[in-house]
Amino acid sequence: MLSLLWLIPALPAAGSVLLVLFGRRLGRGGTAWVGTGSVSLSAVLALLVCGSFLAAPPAGDAYRQVLWTWFDVGGFAPAIGLHLDAVSIVWVLVITVVGFLIHLYSVEHMERDDGFTRFFIYMDLFVFSMLVLVLADNLLLLYLGWEGVGLCSYLLIAFWQEDAQNVYSGRKAFIVTRVGDTALIAGLFLLFTHYHTLEIGQLMHLVASRSPAPDSGVVLAAGLLLLGGAVGKSAQAPLQTWLPDAMAGPSPVSALIHAATMVTAGVYLIARTNVLYTLAPDARLAVAIVGTVTLLLAGFSALVQRDLKRALAYSTISQIGYMFLALGVSGWEAAVFHFMTHAFFKALLFLAAGVVIVALADEHDIFRMGGLRRELPAVFATFTVGAAALAALPLVTDGFYSKDLIIATSLGSVDGGAWFYVASLIGAFVTGLYSFRLVWLVFFGARRTEVSRRPRWRQLVPLYALAALSVTGGFVWMPAWLGGFEPLRKLLDTALPPAPMEGAAAHFAESVGAALITILVVAAGVGLSYVLWMPRRERTQAFAAAPSVQPLVALWLGGWGFDWFYERVFVRPVKRFAHWARHDLVDHVVGGIAWLNLAGWRGLSAGQNGRLRGYLAVTGLGVVLVLAVVVLR
Amino acid sequence: MILLWYVLIPTVAAPLAWLAGRRSPAAARWVALAGTAAPLALVAAQWIAATDRLSAAFTAAGPGAAGLAAGSWVVDLRAPWIDSLGISFFVAADGLTLIMLLLTFGLGLLSVLCSWRGITTRVGAFHFMLLWTVAGLAGVFLALDLFLFYFFFEMMLIPMYFLIAVWGHERRVYSAVKFFIFTQVSGLLMLVAIVALVLIHGRATGVYTFDFTQLLGTPLPAGTAFVLMLGFFAAFAVKLPAWPLHTWLPDAHTDAPTAGSVLLAGVLIKIGAYGMLRFMAPLFPDAVAAFRTWALALGAIGIIYGAVLAYAQSDMKRLVAYTSVSHMGFVLIGVFAWNELALQGVVLQLVCHALSTGALFILVGGLQDRIHTRDMARMGGLWRVAPRMGGTAMFFAMAALGLPGLGNFVAEFLILVGVWQVSRWAAVLGAVGLVFATVYALWMMQRAFQGEETHRLSFPDLTRIEVGMFASMIVALVLLGFWPQPLIVTARQTVDGLQRMTAGTALVAPGADASTSTDGASGGPAVTDGAADTGSAPATGDGGAP
Repeated sequence: MLSLLWLIPALPAAGSVLLVLFGRRLGRGGTAWVGTGSVSLSAVLALLVCGSFLAAPPAGDAYRQVLWTWFDVGGFAPAIGLHLDAVSIVWVLVITVVGFLIHLYSVEHMERDDGFTRFFIYMDLFVFSMLVLVLADNLLLLYLGWEGVGLCSYLLIAFWQEDAQNVYSGRKAFIVTRVGDTALIAGLFLLFTHYHTLEIGQLMHLVASRSPAPDSGVVLAAGLLLLGGAVGKSAQAPLQTWLPDAMAGPSPVSALIHAATMVTAGVYLIARTNVLYTLAPDARLAVAIVGTVTLLLAGFSALVQRDLKRALAYSTISQIGYMFLALGVSGWEAAVFHFMTHAFFKALLFLAAGVVIVALADEHDIFRMGGLRRELPAVFATFTVGAAALAALPLVTDGFYSKDLIIATSLGSVDGGAWFYVASLIGAFVTGLYSFRLVWLVFFGARRTEVSRRPRWRQLVPLYALAALSVTGGFVWMPAWLGGFEPLRKLLDTALPPAPMEGAAAHFAESVGAALITILVVAAGVGLSYVLWMPRRERTQAFAAAPSVQPLVALWLGGWGFDWFYERVFVRPVKRFAHWARHDLVDHVVGGIAWLNLAGWRGLSAGQNGRLRGYLAVTGLGVVLVLAVVVLR
Repeated sequence: MILLWYVLIPTVAAPLAWLAGRRSPAAARWVALAGTAAPLALVAAQWIAATDRLSAAFTAAGPGAAGLAAGSWVVDLRAPWIDSLGISFFVAADGLTLIMLLLTFGLGLLSVLCSWRGITTRVGAFHFMLLWTVAGLAGVFLALDLFLFYFFFEMMLIPMYFLIAVWGHERRVYSAVKFFIFTQVSGLLMLVAIVALVLIHGRATGVYTFDFTQLLGTPLPAGTAFVLMLGFFAAFAVKLPAWPLHTWLPDAHTDAPTAGSVLLAGVLIKIGAYGMLRFMAPLFPDAVAAFRTWALALGAIGIIYGAVLAYAQSDMKRLVAYTSVSHMGFVLIGVFAWNELALQGVVLQLVCHALSTGALFILVGGLQDRIHTRDMARMGGLWRVAPRMGGTAMFFAMAALGLPGLGNFVAEFLILVGVWQVSRWAAVLGAVGLVFATVYALWMMQRAFQGEETHRLSFPDLTRIEVGMFASMIVALVLLGFWPQPLIVTARQTVDGLQRMTAGTALVAPGADASTSTDGASGGPAVTDGAADTGSAPATGDGGAP
């Protein structure tokens, strides 16, 4: 069974190629079958393969399948090889299962779109690239998947390409993430130069065996460079600016790429190379700081957005910030856990939001929604489940279990600390505030826009399925005070080091008391959001518009001015230089030489005019000059 | 004799095409098609036949330093030509030659195909010039006599000049003259260097010869070597083109007919890289090493400057031309890094850039034939009109920005990882260049194919010939992206030989590059061989390179 591993990424790739070649002949029905079918087969296969892996774990708790040698130059021979272990299992299952649900949803969501075939070509290509990313056994192949998902992200953000604004958003996403990728690839150069391999297992082994002596600088640099790549892809500060704009793409794209899977690639990368960060505490600390800063910045931005999808995008950035925080305090497993639960509830939220937006004829402004509770009951129910999971409502949502674990780790880990703990609690409070703000504004109150289209089964089934997962997904890792049922942890222990929970802080962090604090904070956030946006909605809006508060709201709305800053410091100078130099500065020199020749020729031929008097004068002048030089010397 | 056919077939087909053109344009096209397809088939056959030998020799002791003796070459013809001056008609081929010949005839074939509809005036003469250019290119890659090399180097200039000046676009005469002067002047510098080298060698040994294999290892004072090296560098840097000698290229590309642009970008500028690999570095290894920092800087500047300038253009063809400046910057830094990784990357880059940029030129040419403009301000939203064209453009734009999965990525990665061993800053600047590549590639796509369709253009999508051409190039690039090994094996002996020829010089720093050191370990005796062979050259290098 395990030997079929290669088919899991190959099936969506085949689907994509088939659609490129025969998409026109297949029609919409055929396209939907090929596009969704290939991913569903891949999901079934992934369940079978991972099931057999879990039933009978191979030696070393990892299965490696080398398909062929990519190339072989002077001993550098990266393979096209796949590596399946606990970490990749979690990602593969989420990608294929959630991916399948989103494909199914898309068949209905995109049914009236002209680019139906193109959409599924890109989506299948994305699933293929993402699977390559998480299954790659070496960093170079991982980079192939990494760039492949970046390409699909660009293509799908710019999917409705007649609108230049969408294309701009797509380009921005691609270019900003590529800035991070430059750091990542430099990290690969560095690692290869020092360890002569990019095969992840071997590389981590070499790094661990040679450390701490002479390479510690290399390990630190490599850790920071890989972090640069992760920051770009996972939309963390300071490269988070592309994700809110990425919402220009269709809603299923936001759900699959910009919430559930691609944006967590950075989390995957760091978890996969955790040895580097364990050996370079400064790099690990940088990860924690990036995560903390991002989760706070994005949380406050989410609080004031008017566009439903932008609010969700900022919440994604913030939640991935939590994952980075977890990674930064050596809570590798907690980060993976939160990735999984986040994939369920955030995909759910985006899909539900997609139904709402289509139902209201492409209305994105939450202040022009309202009262949809009765009009779209199924969406209301599922969206609320998703929002509850996002806010981490205790016990009945998966988000609670994973987020509480991160909050506990941020305090209890020997690499954690009070600052991280407090920040993560503030984040939890803000999350409660902004997630239920959306529920109150969209589904309660007066109805403002007519519902023009209602979801049918292809959209409802994925919503229900994801809602079910958002409730049950957390039960695979319960805290000790709830019985400590934790199969996920046991699975992840085979591939990742457990979080170093030691000392009194750890004891407290894992206790009921700490959990109660989290619950209270979340409850306070949700409660306050009810007060602010249900009975006192007008007053809240008036307050936000008050002159003393308005600048802060504007700052948060614009994402803390990062775009403003980059525009002035990077974009405009480059544009200005390019415009100024567009006729090629160097060519002016060449043109200058040509001009000098021409001018010399003109000057000399002007002198040759046949006037004897002129010739005589010049000759005389010359004689005088020569004499003067001779005499005066 | 087989090598001679590569030059002879297009040379003879050229006048035939002209004559046929008097009967009907179609006849000229078919003759030209045969005149490029036949040698392409020949070289492909030779390549396949040589597969075993190319890969076997690598596992064995490897070719000797000068290459010829150990048999990595297919020496075909060594006939006296101008005996009194020591000039002979000396042609030979190794793996690198085969690759360059495949490129020459492959792109020659494509340029015949892409002119099928676009060229309607003086069709016979056009194909005459095209075939002669191809013949000259083949000669350049085969010649091992420096005078013969120079002869072909200059010979292909003239038909290319006419291709631009007669069948070109708006400023064709200006561009053709500029192209001619740049290449001619720099070529003369190389000729001076060649003659000086021959004279120095003759005085030292009493043998006056232009035979490259005999001139190898001529003892030279460091200063002299440096000056002579600069003579070669000037010629090849103009061809490549390296910043700041690149300014002929955007003009020539923009105004050349599509076939001319394809040959220019695909093969002609590759002579620069080929000449540096084949002649410049082995002849003057220490001087090249002394010049390394400067060349790396020029290359890195070229990468970023070319990319930024590409972004600034509104003429689509000019944009593609500037991307060549950027991509050839990678080649330059790769050559001067001079380790196995970088050199294999360079060879791969030559092939992949030829395919991807050639395709973009064919695409722009096709677009111009349809809408009679290259100005992107007058395009926009063309995807809706011609979705196949849009998808194809997107594919090759991705190749231009070095997307993994396509050959260009493997090439650029190998170059940069090789350069990193020599100079981190050059590698980092190269990687930054990839960000700028993203900027121009996506900007081009947006202005031409995406966005609002403001100009209400209507034209047919890709024709069958075009679909065939693009499909073959797409398949080739994807293959090279996932399995470049056949090409790497083909070039391996050459790269190995180059490494050994220069072993022990400042160019190959011992221990600096892991890959070469492990490689050397496998063929122990060969390394000493190489050191002995070039022993005379580094002896002078010890005197202190500038």
